[in-house]
Amino acid sequence: MFEGYSLAELGSIFAMQGFAGLILFSVFVLMALGLAIIFGQMGVINMAHGEFMILGAYVTYLCSTLVSQHAPALFPVYFFVAMILAFIASGLLGMLVEWGMIRFLYKRPLDTLLATWGLSLILQQIFRSVFGAREVGVVLPDWLMGSVAVTDTIEVPINGLFVMALTMAITVVIYVVMFRSRWGQGVRAVMQNRTMAGAVGINTEKVDRYTFGLGCGIAGVAGSAFTMVGSTGPTSGQLYIVDTFLVVVFGGAQSLLGTIASAFAISQAQSTMEFFLSGSTAKVLTLLTVIVILMLRPQGLFVLKVRR
Amino acid sequence: MSSDKTSGGLRSPFRRKLLLGMAALPALTLLPRGAIAQALATDAVNTTKLAVTDSTVKVGILHSTTGTMAISETGSVQAEKLAIAQINEMGGVLGRKIEVIQEDGASDWPTFAEKARKLLVEDKVAAVFGCWTSASRKAVLPVFEQYNGMLYYPTFYEGLEQSKNVIYTGQEATQQILAGLDWVSKEKSAKSFFLIGSDYIWPRTSNKIARKHIEKNGQKVVGEEYFPLGHTQFNSVINKIKLTKPDVIYASVVGGSNVAFYKQLKAAGINLEKQTLMTISVTEDELLGIGGENIAGAYACMKYFQSLKNPNNEKFVAAFKKMWGGESVIGDVTQAGYLGPWLWKLTVEKAQSFDIDKIAVASEGIEFKEAPEGYVRVHANHHLWSKTRVGRARMDGQFDMVYETADLIEPDPFPKGYQ
Repeated sequence: MFEGYSLAELGSIFAMQGFAGLILFSVFVLMALGLAIIFGQMGVINMAHGEFMILGAYVTYLCSTLVSQHAPALFPVYFFVAMILAFIASGLLGMLVEWGMIRFLYKRPLDTLLATWGLSLILQQIFRSVFGAREVGVVLPDWLMGSVAVTDTIEVPINGLFVMALTMAITVVIYVVMFRSRWGQGVRAVMQNRTMAGAVGINTEKVDRYTFGLGCGIAGVAGSAFTMVGSTGPTSGQLYIVDTFLVVVFGGAQSLLGTIASAFAISQAQSTMEFFLSGSTAKVLTLLTVIVILMLRPQGLFVLKVRR
Repeated sequence: MSSDKTSGGLRSPFRRKLLLGMAALPALTLLPRGAIAQALATDAVNTTKLAVTDSTVKVGILHSTTGTMAISETGSVQAEKLAIAQINEMGGVLGRKIEVIQEDGASDWPTFAEKARKLLVEDKVAAVFGCWTSASRKAVLPVFEQYNGMLYYPTFYEGLEQSKNVIYTGQEATQQILAGLDWVSKEKSAKSFFLIGSDYIWPRTSNKIARKHIEKNGQKVVGEEYFPLGHTQFNSVINKIKLTKPDVIYASVVGGSNVAFYKQLKAAGINLEKQTLMTISVTEDELLGIGGENIAGAYACMKYFQSLKNPNNEKFVAAFKKMWGGESVIGDVTQAGYLGPWLWKLTVEKAQSFDIDKIAVASEGIEFKEAPEGYVRVHANHHLWSKTRVGRARMDGQFDMVYETADLIEPDPFPKGYQ
């Protein structure tokens, strides 16, 4: 497929392809971070993760509509406000769900799967009733559209760079919160040994609620960011859920580093194969590889060493 | 509730036209016949025990109003209800008011089959307007053939099917593809094409036909790619497109993937004002979600656009907006949905009977001159003769028609040389 191209042309295509892989990596990390906290740290299988993302996307849609109607001058920066509001909306809903449903099911992990799946159906139908069955178009500020020309032939999409920067920022924040703060220490203590954590005076119920809320909030931010690259409709959340679980499970459920490593591996494999093979074949091969590796290493790529 | 409002509004223009004696409009010329037909005994027009009484006839609407497909099928339901309300306003079919029984296929193919059986066996409806995806049509087809029902199917589809029990009011693949390819080859002097689609039967069959046609014309296909439904990352294939530099990107990506594809295309610096892109899967409905700013400049190959300028269409668009709100948009399939009830009414009145067997035979040659797309006629193979049109997407979510075929294109569901 490369006959008739100059070296320079090929070089720039591969450079752009490298960026395509990095962007896919950022997207995967962003969608998996929230789930890594909820599934990895709390052990809750949250099938409604995609719907929390779409809630964030709809908040962004509302913001874009309101701002363009009432304060067009602020339009270029509305996206940042929208992401914060998306975090708050999804986070609050997450805490509500934890309080109303999840906390009764901590001892029955498989039931959370069914319950959250039901929740995802309910949320989808609510989105459909409120926003209509059709997809909505989120208008983006001009500076987020288009691409940067690095050289004459290499062009990099701006929204891709934005997602990369956002992913890095959120990853750093999560790392600091989970591993460098007192609160994060509490979360990890509760997850490792709930009874003992309670005995030393940690309010485990409160920790659970905020952890779940944090995970859902991050899902909301991810959903908000994905309005730049994907669709916003009642069932759009379903598009992400499989890849999200794949990344988290493959990485080793309890390790944030594992999530990042697995997102990197899967995204690079997929984007490289997509380039050389066809889209569907690439997906099949990626899934097959993941299955084989999980058969050899059921616990995932990285495992926390915990004394049981 | 809203349908009552519309019918009140529709009455006066129709009445005025009647007074003016515009006999060319078939629906109106048939009205007096309908009034005479009222005298026809139910036993005579209904020999197979369908749900027909002296004053009413029951029909079914079978679409998904919940689940993933609700996004697409909502428009069809609205168009069919509009057509039925208008027909009732004019006195119904053979003097009988149409009563609708609506069932929800819930985006689930076995559910479609089950609901079809319910409509045919329990409700004994005289006709069903419904289905959207090929998968749902394939699921209900055996049911319609077993219980001898009549389905009016509105979606453009891949062809390779024909049934006594189905009238296909959308285009089959060759009607949608060939004329559009010829136009783009001539207009843009295109030599190379990149085919990209979602990975299921419709895009694959369509691209197979497109590829044969392209190669027959001595042009080249430089890439053919398929992605799973719901795929959201297109950056790699966009790089491949950049590498192969096709004259035309030929796209049949559907659903949520569509939005991702066009947004990422734009973000990657591919300007559709300069790079020719022709799609067979984007109507006004999809444009809403994609956003005009992301797709403006692309060409869509359809048989209907909301912006078509003809009196039939202006009347149709006004009535549709009045019934379903000023914000609503009308895509190709929505218009094809609107044709269903009208074609059925005209056929019943030609056959002077609700019997399915008689309708299946009488369908050939039925003309609907008030169709929003212009004029359509039913072919012996139960598909429609209709024009192919090319439109260019605008920022505001509508299309400007840039080309239409001079003649109606003959439907050819089993195209020779394209299999």
